[in-house]
Amino acid sequence: MKSGSNLEKILAAGHFAFTGELGPPRGANIEHVKEKAQHLIGHVDAVNVTDNQTAMVRMSSWAAALLVREMGLEPNYQMVCRDRNRLAMQADILGASALGIRNVICLSGDHQQFGDHPNAKGVFDIDSTQLIDTVRRMRDEGTFISGEEIDGLPKMFIGGAANPFADPFEWRIHRLAKKVEAGVDFVQTQCVYNMDKMREWVKQAVDMGLTEKVYILPGITPMKSVGMAKYMKSKVPGIEVPDDVIKRLQGAEKGKVAEEGIKMALEQIEEFKEMKGVSGIHLMAIEWEHRVPEIAERAGMLPRPVID
Amino acid sequence: MVKAKRKPLEEIADAISAYGKVLTVGCGGCVSVCLAGGQREVQELNAELELTLKEKGTSKTLGNYTVERQCNMDLLQEMDDMVGGYDCILSMACGAGVQLMAERYPNIPVFPAVNTVFIGVDRDIGMYEEKCRACGECVLAYTGGICPVTRCAKGLFNGPCGGTNNGKCEVSQEIPCAWLDIYERLKGQGRLDDILKLQGVMQWQNQLQRTVVQPKFEKRYYK
Repeated sequence: MKSGSNLEKILAAGHFAFTGELGPPRGANIEHVKEKAQHLIGHVDAVNVTDNQTAMVRMSSWAAALLVREMGLEPNYQMVCRDRNRLAMQADILGASALGIRNVICLSGDHQQFGDHPNAKGVFDIDSTQLIDTVRRMRDEGTFISGEEIDGLPKMFIGGAANPFADPFEWRIHRLAKKVEAGVDFVQTQCVYNMDKMREWVKQAVDMGLTEKVYILPGITPMKSVGMAKYMKSKVPGIEVPDDVIKRLQGAEKGKVAEEGIKMALEQIEEFKEMKGVSGIHLMAIEWEHRVPEIAERAGMLPRPVID
Repeated sequence: MVKAKRKPLEEIADAISAYGKVLTVGCGGCVSVCLAGGQREVQELNAELELTLKEKGTSKTLGNYTVERQCNMDLLQEMDDMVGGYDCILSMACGAGVQLMAERYPNIPVFPAVNTVFIGVDRDIGMYEEKCRACGECVLAYTGGICPVTRCAKGLFNGPCGGTNNGKCEVSQEIPCAWLDIYERLKGQGRLDDILKLQGVMQWQNQLQRTVVQPKFEKRYYK
């Protein structure tokens, strides 16, 4: 075991993993974290705790990660390259490991221009692929980026992101390969709506032997409305929403659009369970945490396996 | 070359408000090329200042002079006899020129009249584009002559990232994705191998004030 995290054990045992997502509050409101977390406990194997997502200031991801951990929910501690230099990142990896966090997800981060402090100085000292390499080196080689030795190695299961839908498509598998070379243990993908492209990308990963080295967890976000689908299609960079998806939602009976969105997500999950090279799914139910138990139940994900 | 843009007139007028005799000094170097602070811009600025002062019912003595380059002490020397007659200097040079001017005349306040913006190229008359952040560790060899430090919003070294959107950056549909351009250029040259390798962390060289001594002059400066 690299970290001994629940997520690592689940994946290593060959179970189909199920991860969720939790955005920390824009304040020190612990109740807010607890409210969101209670819907996820026992329903997911681990939960991504986002790091100043959309470049808005929020409770720090390591702090919120510790809060959910105290509640019995395993955190996937997200760390973005936008807000920290290599000293702060390595320090936070050590601190998080010392306090029992066992999964870290290494990301570039949304550009500061998107958020509420658009003129902040973006750090971007190292990039997400280099951060993966850094954590792997700290864990496996026991050295900092500088080459100096570490006293007490951090135990981290290393995650990353992959987006099979960004341009150019033929590059996407190579970017995954670079992250694998850097040492990523699992990747969660951008929200999947274009299943044709997803099948092709996963097949490439299998053919290149990448899936023997990395667990792939496709991202699933159920559509709540036609408006949401149109917004994601036109406004969210890197997300591809085929017209068929929008048409199907539009065809749903009045008041049943969200149900249709959930049905589509469940169909995707069923296909991913059978897809060679896919090891689980990552459910991003944005501001829909309370629907996670129902989705997990209907997707046949419950009860979650418990591994000692 | 260095590209600059003149500060707003109000800001300049405010900086020199306490002084009666002002010497506006242009620079014949980069700021002259980018039409921000050469001889012509000195005359234009003084004319605009005179007009605003007149509107406010005041006046100042506004001198003008343009040196070949303000970033060279020998070239500033020719102003030595002139500056004594002024209360302050308004430099239209880049930040380097302003500082050298202030160093040469430490008893006279020197104010910048332009904002130094970047190292860049001429796209068209009066239109310039940033190309270099002077990081001191040039990576253009493996990026097909396209700088990710300058052009990628996140300064990535292992791009293109997942935010590439119809060939544009996720930050704006007006900004072409640097890494997509790098990818396309290297592909065209059959050099994609250059970016398939994992690029290690950057050794930033621009975190302290730097001095360059060319190798053949090392003996002269390092005894």
